Amino acid sequence: MFYREAGQFKTSYKADQAVFPIFQDKIFVAIWLFIGFVVVPMLASEYMFRAIFIPVIIMALAAIGLNLLVGYCGQVSLGSGAFMAVGAYAAYNFMIRVPELNPLICFLLGGLSATVVGVIFGIPSLRIKGFYLAVATLALQFFTDWTFSRIDWFTNYTPSGSIAVQPIEVLGLVFDSPIRKYFLCLVFLVIFTIIGKNIVRGRIGRAWMATRDMDVAAEIIGIRPVYAKLSAFAVSSFFIGVAGALWAYVHLGSWEPLAFDINLSFSILFMVIIGGLGSIVGGMLGAAFITLLPLFLNQLPVWLGINISTAMISHLEFMIFGALIIFFLAVEPLGLARIWQITKEKLRLWPFPH
Amino acid sequence: MNHSLLFRALLICVPLAIGGCGQDSGTDTSTSGEAPGSQSNAEGVIVDVSDPNAQFVPVLSYRTGAYAPNGAPVANGFTDYLKLINARDGGINGVKISFEECETAYSTSRSIECYERLKGQGPTGAAVFNPMSTGATFAITEKAPVDKIPLITMGYGRSESRNGGVFPWNFPIYGTYWTAADVLITHLGNINGGLNNLKGKKIALVYHDSPFGKEPIPLLKKRASMLGFELLSIPVTHPGVEQKSAWIQIRKQKPDYVLLWGWGVMNSTAIKEAAGVRYPRDQMFGIWWAGSEPDVRPAGADAVGYQAVSMISSGQARVHEDALSYLYDNGLGSGDRDGVGEVLYNVGLLNAALVVESIRAAQSKYGKKPLTGEEVRWGIENLNISEEAIEALGLTGYMYPVSLSCSDHEGKRAARLHRWNGESWDYSTDWISADDSVIQPMVKSASDTYAKEAGIPTNACDS
Repeated sequence: MFYREAGQFKTSYKADQAVFPIFQDKIFVAIWLFIGFVVVPMLASEYMFRAIFIPVIIMALAAIGLNLLVGYCGQVSLGSGAFMAVGAYAAYNFMIRVPELNPLICFLLGGLSATVVGVIFGIPSLRIKGFYLAVATLALQFFTDWTFSRIDWFTNYTPSGSIAVQPIEVLGLVFDSPIRKYFLCLVFLVIFTIIGKNIVRGRIGRAWMATRDMDVAAEIIGIRPVYAKLSAFAVSSFFIGVAGALWAYVHLGSWEPLAFDINLSFSILFMVIIGGLGSIVGGMLGAAFITLLPLFLNQLPVWLGINISTAMISHLEFMIFGALIIFFLAVEPLGLARIWQITKEKLRLWPFPH
Repeated sequence: MNHSLLFRALLICVPLAIGGCGQDSGTDTSTSGEAPGSQSNAEGVIVDVSDPNAQFVPVLSYRTGAYAPNGAPVANGFTDYLKLINARDGGINGVKISFEECETAYSTSRSIECYERLKGQGPTGAAVFNPMSTGATFAITEKAPVDKIPLITMGYGRSESRNGGVFPWNFPIYGTYWTAADVLITHLGNINGGLNNLKGKKIALVYHDSPFGKEPIPLLKKRASMLGFELLSIPVTHPGVEQKSAWIQIRKQKPDYVLLWGWGVMNSTAIKEAAGVRYPRDQMFGIWWAGSEPDVRPAGADAVGYQAVSMISSGQARVHEDALSYLYDNGLGSGDRDGVGEVLYNVGLLNAALVVESIRAAQSKYGKKPLTGEEVRWGIENLNISEEAIEALGLTGYMYPVSLSCSDHEGKRAARLHRWNGESWDYSTDWISADDSVIQPMVKSASDTYAKEAGIPTNACDS
């Protein structure tokens, strides 16, 4: 009833090609931005910022980045944790060795370093595909784990290999309070989402999708696989690298190589799969799902006043979390983004489905 | 049709799974023992976190995951002592203690989440955090000064954080890893008839590849260059069940001694692997986190003769009898009755005793009411536990006189070694002091570097 595009006529190509061609979608996005920028900062507590919003936003950025690679270009990667590590350590080293650099530029340089690594480790994708490529990217994961824990230069020779970050100060403004950190992450996410959405709508994104759907056919219609695959690796690892720098600087504050281990790669891949392959909004939904559900399950017994031991809660958390993942994948293999899309289509017909 | 079938299957499966888990956990030694029938006994012992007159103490623990066999007894000892203070003494000077456990699974990111969750609980916020993990300590060290909550890291954490001038909020009481490493080297010197005789020897460090395991390396390197022994650093990847290559390396290199810097399942695996390559166990020396019952029991007879440096050994003092009679006889104990008095249980208990005495010290200045983290910090820094006070606590022989100051947040730089005889841990040496003329310059330079990077002052003690 409310969600219906009847009467919205496109009179120009520009209007027809808009990101959100339907007027209601624009309102909807505006409402979300309003919630993100106004409502949440007014209502959220410190715990909500630090343990919920900031991690989810950064993980959403990483998941969008991985989704560009896996969802749009069809190159399975298990190296996201490694790209995040490269972004984090590169940002740290730029900050410590060139102290006059603006931290935001350091984050972007961290992303660029991840891009370089991503392109180098993306080269095998020209020859190997599918699961074999996943294994090849796994090598990157172990390679970075080894590099950052064994080569002391990267950690500035700290004895324990654990890094403590410098304060983030941009033009005299110090990002120390949770609300400022939240805004910083949110602005990053919004900008990168706009960039990501526009890339996948454009020529490059179409080249990626053509490669994903059938690489031989894509090559025949004139898409160079080298260019398509490596550009997907480059853009994706840039996103993930920036997310890694934010994760380290804004969320963790201090980290060890283990913070970017294989488990992180897996959980980002799960975010993409649960959220929905080949969907920007899917990355966000997946990140929220994977990050928040365990916390929610962990605290639920306390809220309900059920007195069980913390060990029991943890066991339950794992079991229910696992069951829910299977449930969602069984009910909707295309992910949360597809559920969202179906909801929209149903809304179009509602309340008269026939 | 397909979907509805699936829904039904899930509806049946999920409760089944939960029910199954409940039964499973009933036999789990690590679950807390609050039996449903003992609810009335809990009155006054387990205090609700929302109680406006109670002092809130957060508990970060790990009863699940790879480190659960070691994490659970520590948490049991810690929470038992807090409960005992409520049950036996009616709180600290009448101020009851409330606490909440948060499961970290020894993961740093989960520890941060727990820290954020618990720091604002209770009427005055968290009194003091005990992260129970070196990795988490590094992360929380960055957050604690902002939130003004002190950290007690008893026998772990950053070694340079004993310098209160740079780290006003960190308290590595009873020894840092540099102290422990130096005690071990001193001991090796003693059994060789002097430190100078270590020249030309080969000492291997088999370490958990994490901030925890890497902490002793700078000190051992410095000692190696001073004394002329060769140091082999052999990392073992988390969680440490796979260390074949490390021990093949040891068989090849034949070091004179092996220092084991492990935690959790890594320790028993290392002892078994040592037996596998026939490396003599009496030439292996563990850190205090590699010297407890879960580390040696799985290795059986292979572990006999293995020694470890010790903050506190196994055994029972008067306080244990109180714990048994006040808590376990009423069904209020946190763990199994048999676990009371094991090494890691005692570590948790000692840690809780430090927390309680710090709060008591702070109360002498700020009054007998729930205190904020900042007030408790004063109490820790001015902690002065005498032999008489320990006698009064019923911890004679298990707690040691300690007094802290702003410049020294460690308090005690000596430890004993204990040896596993197949049945129990027995002290094998007297107190061995670390050489502070070696450690102090390292503390100074490491904390100065930290202060410079973080942009914080180094003179918090002067004001």
